[in-house]
Amino acid sequence: MELCDRNAMDLAGMLRRGEVSSREITESVFKRIDEREASINAFITTTREIALKQADLADEKFSKGGDLPLLTGIPVAVKDVLCTKGIKTTCGSKILENFVPTYNATAFQKLQDAGAVIVGKANMDEFAMGSSTENSIAGPTRNPNDITKVAGGSSGGSAAAVSSGESILALGTDTGGSIRQPCAFCGVTGIKPTYGRVSRYGLIAYASSLDQIGAIGKTVSDCAMMLDVISGHDPLDTTSSQVEKPDFLKALSKGIDGVRIGIPQEFFAEGLDPKIKEKVLDAVTLLEKNGAQVISINLPHSPFAIGAYYLIATAEASSNLARFDGVKYGYRKSEDDGDCLAMYHKTRTTGFGTEVKRRIMLGTYVLSAGYYDAYYLKAQKARAMIKKDFDEAFREVDCIMTPVSPCLPFALGEKMTDPLQMYLVDIYTVSLNLAGLPGMSLPCGTIDGLPVGLQIIGKPFDEGMVLRAGAAYEQLVEKQI
Amino acid sequence: MEYDAIICFETHVELKTETKLFCGCRVAYDIPPNTEICPVCTGQPGALPVLNKKAVAYAIRAGVALDCTINQRSRFARKNYFYPDLPKGYQISQYELPFCENGHLEITGDDGKPYPVGIKRIHLEEDAGKLVHSSDSFDDADYSLVDYNRSSVPLLEIVGDHERNPLRSIQEARVYLEKLRQILRYIGISDCKMEKGQLRCDVNLSIRPKGATTFNNRTEVKNMSSFRFMMEALEYEMNRQAEILESGGRIEQETLLFDEMKRVTLPMRSKEDAPDYRYFPDPDLLEVNLDDTFIADIKSALPELPHQRVKKIMDAYDIPREDALILTKDKDISDYFTACVLHCQDPKRLSHWIIKEVFRLLKEASAAIKECPIDPENCAELVNLVSQGKVTASIGREILDDMFKTGEHPNAIIDKKGLKPIQDEDQLETLLDGVMNENPKVVSQIKEGNLKPIDFLVGQVMRKSKGKANPKSVIKLIHRKLNP
Ligand SMILES: [Zn+2]
Repeated sequence: MELCDRNAMDLAGMLRRGEVSSREITESVFKRIDEREASINAFITTTREIALKQADLADEKFSKGGDLPLLTGIPVAVKDVLCTKGIKTTCGSKILENFVPTYNATAFQKLQDAGAVIVGKANMDEFAMGSSTENSIAGPTRNPNDITKVAGGSSGGSAAAVSSGESILALGTDTGGSIRQPCAFCGVTGIKPTYGRVSRYGLIAYASSLDQIGAIGKTVSDCAMMLDVISGHDPLDTTSSQVEKPDFLKALSKGIDGVRIGIPQEFFAEGLDPKIKEKVLDAVTLLEKNGAQVISINLPHSPFAIGAYYLIATAEASSNLARFDGVKYGYRKSEDDGDCLAMYHKTRTTGFGTEVKRRIMLGTYVLSAGYYDAYYLKAQKARAMIKKDFDEAFREVDCIMTPVSPCLPFALGEKMTDPLQMYLVDIYTVSLNLAGLPGMSLPCGTIDGLPVGLQIIGKPFDEGMVLRAGAAYEQLVEKQI
Repeated sequence: MEYDAIICFETHVELKTETKLFCGCRVAYDIPPNTEICPVCTGQPGALPVLNKKAVAYAIRAGVALDCTINQRSRFARKNYFYPDLPKGYQISQYELPFCENGHLEITGDDGKPYPVGIKRIHLEEDAGKLVHSSDSFDDADYSLVDYNRSSVPLLEIVGDHERNPLRSIQEARVYLEKLRQILRYIGISDCKMEKGQLRCDVNLSIRPKGATTFNNRTEVKNMSSFRFMMEALEYEMNRQAEILESGGRIEQETLLFDEMKRVTLPMRSKEDAPDYRYFPDPDLLEVNLDDTFIADIKSALPELPHQRVKKIMDAYDIPREDALILTKDKDISDYFTACVLHCQDPKRLSHWIIKEVFRLLKEASAAIKECPIDPENCAELVNLVSQGKVTASIGREILDDMFKTGEHPNAIIDKKGLKPIQDEDQLETLLDGVMNENPKVVSQIKEGNLKPIDFLVGQVMRKSKGKANPKSVIKLIHRKLNP
């Protein structure tokens, strides 16, 4: 087994025992990048020089000894939607193709402070809009399990990098499923925390009320380890929560005995690939056999989730993306005719990709005078009802389990011509963003060599339960093997 | 035909907080371009706003001073439009749930009666940056530069009410604006310097024949940079609308710009072209919930308002209303008077001295009262000396001039210049004898019972004594000597 194929927790142990250096781990990761990146395309930018410097710095710390953060010396990929000081941050868009931020996103800064090694900026759907990482200026990311298939999106680069060994850990962002769905497609583990758990400062916003930064790793404990570092209130983000952060790693060992698992009927109905259904229910059964209590529940407003999501997300996006106008930074397209309005038009017409423009137009329409009540306000009402469904369900259960995606990883280009089909891929993930709930995707088997993801949903700020249930499942599967 | 006007202001006031509304950059004027900027106020990708609590406190203070209902729940909204001075492509403002609503500002109406002018709402928003064009206008400019120092400076928007007691004449509009500015300065939330853009107004105007109850369409006039232009624009617009109505026309609801060079209002956009700002609640900022103590603390710490000071000065010191108004027009003057009067035995005389003499000195030196070198306690002491007859008014003025130059205590100046009044009666008599010897005709007139020339003799004595004689003592002495 190559170093780059190991999980972060193993590597952290090896580093502490002096069995390996951070430089060796980092070099192993870059060797894998050299071998596979050409076909996978997980990165928009790789930062080999910075990484090796940081690795050496970590090794120096290890040589001095002392109590170092678990992440010290561990390679991490950062989704290119997070600002990294001095490192190009493109959002997968032409409009930011040469944008170099002057500051670090808080989540990334926290990783840096913990001694992590940055491998590069991971590929993504432009401005995180998409479910396949095909909408990127850098070209599509391919699924490491089968390069004819998509990696999922929008954090496809992050998930593919961890899956292929091109990184050990990755930061992703999730607005409607953008961490969980690519993790399911690539066969890795990822958690989207509760809205407000992680500061959004420096996350280039797609939909501010839905966006959340999360962790991607090979195991539940790798995610917990990373979440421990990036969580917490940030004075620079008013919407980041003051709720105290527990020790997520400690929560892992509590087992599944007595945990009440809710199975929402609406998430196993028509539209779900029956083979995926079987895999997910197998996972639930395994947990049930080991002491969990499985309860059938209803989330009656689920059918409104996709509609509400695309109304709210596009409305916010239409405003969030207004700042990309060619005036201050990034790409500018102007013929010297001195007309400011023309500069706006040309810059935005040629700077944004098709899907981004589609969503900006949708969102602009949603907020327009005369339509605001019918669309935006109605969507907010649906959102409130979806949240209420969950609140009620969580009176009876400790966590909820569902599939992540209704379908297996699809072929590149398969859904690009049909946006509606692409939007429906998010059907099981968006409601968590609308309700602000934490959710995790973890592998629960394969079908024809393609991974299937199990989604575990928790109460607000109860990532502990999500991680605990996930870790219990992981251990049971390991025992079976 | 005679017309009634219906006038309503939308006033933007730059708050003088230390830092900007949503970031830690300083609020500063007269600094090199783009030196007080950061990722937040230049709309960098990923930057987020954090609300300045002081600005909220200032908004509430204005709301309390203008008798508004304070909303315990309020929120910010995004106003979306593109302009190069607006770095995010939207302005963070308020739409539903502003901080304050339904207030009023009492003025004296044209009919001489108190008139509570309606205030619809007061909300907080961020200012935009400033464009500097290579020529006079954006359209003709070869290039334009943008300075974001002003971007995200807190602005308070005070919106008048069309339906509830709008302003009824240009004169009332002037009084309203002056009063509003006075109050905002009193409560210390803005310097309201129009020339610095700290106070900006848009004004809505419609007219209707006197006594009519229906409304005509109103126009909105923007871009007036001074009080004078504001009044000119209103006058121009009122006449323009009257001409249209008299020729049987119809007023279009439109937005106009006041052209300061040509002194006319010019169409900017019609109602149909009015932009759709697509307001929606800003998801980057939480709803603001103000607790009772926060509001109560602001209420109890509210500085005295001008009308309260007028009343106090009239009641406590028996000073006439006109003088009280002058003394309270400006908060700094009022503060100066308040500081003096604490040490003064003769408030009425004090008020005259400040209004006449101190103002004269300030005007000559083109200085503001804040820069006045005369310590309020010293000023009071001088007035006390005059009241007690220890110095004459004319010597008093001379002393005051010196105090203005040196900042010294009046007694120090009296000693320094030898201005102590002549108390010694013999000395006074010697002076008077001299004057009588020089004016035998006058003396005989007085002896014959003609009292008028007494003043002349007194004047002569005063001149010879260089003002140090006490006129009352001189008169007494003349009476005793000539026994008319
Ligand atoms: Zn700033």
